[in-house]
Amino acid sequence: MAIPRFWREIPSRYNLFGTKCGSCGTVDFPPRTICPKCGRQSLGRMARMKMAGKGTLVSYTVIHDAPAAFELLKPYVLGIIELDEGARLTSQIIDVDPAAVKIGMRVESTFRKLGQESEAGIIHYGYKFRPEM
Amino acid sequence: MRKVAVIGIGETQFGELWDRSFRDLGIEAGLRAVQDAGITTENIDALYVGNMSAGKFVDQEHVGALVADYSGLSDTHLPTTRIEGGGACGALAILQAWAAIASGLHEVVVVGAAEKMTDVSETHAQEILSSTADQEWETVFGATFAGLYAMMARRHMYEYATTREQIAQVAVKNHKHGALNPNAQFQKEIKLEAVLNAPKIAEPLGMLDAAPLSDGAAALVLCPLEKARRFNDTPVELLASGQASDPLALHDRRDLTTMDATVVAGKRAFHMAGKTPLDVQVAEVHDNFTITEILALEDLRFFKKGQGGPATEEGQTLIGGKIAVNTSGGLKARGQPVGATGVAQAVEIVRQLRGEADKRQVANAEIGLTHTLGGTGATAVVHLFGRVN
Amino acid sequence: MTAGIVSYGAYVPRFRIEPKEIGRVWGVDGEAMGKNLNILRKSVPSPDEDVITISVEAARTCMKRVPGVDPRDIGAIYVGSESHPYAVKPSATIVAEAIEAAPVLTAADFEFACKAGTAAMQTCLGLTISNMAKYGMAIGTDTSQGAPGDALEYSASAGGAAFLLGNTGVAASINHTVSYTTDTPDFWRREGQTYPSHGGRFTGEPAYFKHVQACAQLLFKRAGTAPSDYQFAVFHQPNGKFPVRVGKMLGFADKQMETGLLVREIGNTYSGAIMVGLCAIFDVAKPGDRIFAVGYGSGAGSDAFDITVTEHMPELHKARVRTMRAMVDDYQIVDYATYAKYRGKIRMKEG
Repeated sequence: MAIPRFWREIPSRYNLFGTKCGSCGTVDFPPRTICPKCGRQSLGRMARMKMAGKGTLVSYTVIHDAPAAFELLKPYVLGIIELDEGARLTSQIIDVDPAAVKIGMRVESTFRKLGQESEAGIIHYGYKFRPEM
Repeated sequence: MRKVAVIGIGETQFGELWDRSFRDLGIEAGLRAVQDAGITTENIDALYVGNMSAGKFVDQEHVGALVADYSGLSDTHLPTTRIEGGGACGALAILQAWAAIASGLHEVVVVGAAEKMTDVSETHAQEILSSTADQEWETVFGATFAGLYAMMARRHMYEYATTREQIAQVAVKNHKHGALNPNAQFQKEIKLEAVLNAPKIAEPLGMLDAAPLSDGAAALVLCPLEKARRFNDTPVELLASGQASDPLALHDRRDLTTMDATVVAGKRAFHMAGKTPLDVQVAEVHDNFTITEILALEDLRFFKKGQGGPATEEGQTLIGGKIAVNTSGGLKARGQPVGATGVAQAVEIVRQLRGEADKRQVANAEIGLTHTLGGTGATAVVHLFGRVN
Repeated sequence: MTAGIVSYGAYVPRFRIEPKEIGRVWGVDGEAMGKNLNILRKSVPSPDEDVITISVEAARTCMKRVPGVDPRDIGAIYVGSESHPYAVKPSATIVAEAIEAAPVLTAADFEFACKAGTAAMQTCLGLTISNMAKYGMAIGTDTSQGAPGDALEYSASAGGAAFLLGNTGVAASINHTVSYTTDTPDFWRREGQTYPSHGGRFTGEPAYFKHVQACAQLLFKRAGTAPSDYQFAVFHQPNGKFPVRVGKMLGFADKQMETGLLVREIGNTYSGAIMVGLCAIFDVAKPGDRIFAVGYGSGAGSDAFDITVTEHMPELHKARVRTMRAMVDDYQIVDYATYAKYRGKIRMKEG
């Protein structure tokens, strides 16, 4: 991924910054300019909000056939997590035996390497989730 | 709005076509359709080209112009447009062509759709397929296309007790149909055990739950229904179309087990045609993965939510069943040249409604449906075709 | 004015490999090597972990203990390591963003073999004592590599700790700190080389023992203390033998050293070494407990600290974070092939 493209999203990728609609209170992650519920009413009223990083697993899979960039990690667990604030995101579930992963389990965010542009390129960091301690 | 008919159909073989380039494929299907329609190049008013990713597969953009050129149409300087919507390109191209004719803008329009997927490595091809998912918030975190669909499958199993065997049965059925289709990429039946034991790609889905990477192309010729019989005796009417969108990322959808875009596109199409799912005898639905067909059966309201698995297991979607689904073999057995899918599906439905489906013929096929998806369901297009008596 | 450690946090990766498994691959009696080094197992980072991710985890844990501290009041962040992911681009900048301390602060990376973290501690202490910064964060983290088949392969491990230093709300005051530095080429790595080199037995007496003892004696003199004045002692731990030996030579008892001696269970975390040892001590220390800590970095030098735990320490234990002991005990054993894959020792296809 090109340098500015990754750099721009650092607040969300490192620190789970999203938005909260000042009109209806809907929380979005990543940040949105317009609330999907309120539309125009939300313009100018979207407030920056940091997610606490805790949530519940809504669904998951164990990926065996992986893109080249994820070769060293396979098989790895991918999940859709519903954060306690209401927004959902997609992330890897780590520090757990794939056989022990269950829909409904509680997870918390951690900081890991997501990938890199190349051996000599910039490293991409961001969130992965592990079982809540 | 004028009524619109399909007067010509054409398709290439589907598979790993090493000798054919992207250009070769696009032209071949188009020429067949034009021949089938009995028209000449002078008749053609416009070309709509469905193609998802020639830019990534063969580094070629601007393929509308390319296909017109290599089809010998550049002397007529006809308007040509490439349409993209993830895997729904072909179906979207049909919709644009239909709108152009229905509104009176054009008279005779060719819709061609092609994809050349095997020039790049398999890994690279899978990455290109994944480019229809959310690049910033899904794939960068390790999501693969199969992984996203697998999560839908897992949730469907969790909420509706759908079994792994029921999901796998979709592949078995589609291979059974594909074995009867001389153009299909795979013309051999497969056993349920083979699907269950195939190498895992993203649990619970294995290699045989996934449609292959394919090269191929398909084309239609459309014109106003009132003029159709000038060209040939077997017009099929494009009764209605419905198109809908949904959030790009799977995690932003309302419900992981329902593709709202399919539900809305289906409703729009049925409403426009004044028909219901009970009126449909044959359907080509998007089965890029086995689970996708199960979701489609439910979201198009052929079966109740949660009943897609049992219905498949009971054989209700076989030729001769309650509704014949994917008589061509579907994306799974017929093949999945991504951008061409929507048009290939239409070609099969038109064949069925003409009574030309040979060993795959569904009895009393009056109304047929195509269902095509983009990405993990952010785009859905439903077309209804009807026999002209 | 007391200045010292306001908060602390550590992180150790979950995977471990055992000496007998390493020995099996290289045709050596690995179990004997393990006994010789007094190491039971060492930590192995996952392919998605590096000095930066470990530093962030440690730093976040450190900040979780002090919710009243605004990260924007951190005036300096320094990360000490000999395995920074970038040769140019400081790990400290990424840590700063990840704990929301950016952008008003100074930052840099430190290198001094295994004592880069403690050097950072001293720098932060200076900044806060002089009021140039309200708080400074010193991090010592490593994911060091030992050359395949080399003795260091049995001990070089991964882990790190972060200390928030300041002059308010101090939980462990640093009464004195002294250092002893010479040009001693016992262990080094040239730019571009994957693995470090070392002088074999030269790394013992003229290097580790000379500097640790000399620095320790300086500290006893400066502080006017004797071993019996301390409840805990922690020394740099390249293996499980050196720190115990030097401790005894200085007059300390096993009981004083056991809490901070983590090398047996996680290996040598290099720049993190005495810092993770201190974290284990802080987890159980009571107000009034005194700690004698001497680090060592090849090249060579020692930093020593005389620390007294204050009444603020129990507050830090209230946070819902894992203790050092919990992290050390939560592990999964991997085999050599997996370890080699994770550590990039297998030549992968290019392009």
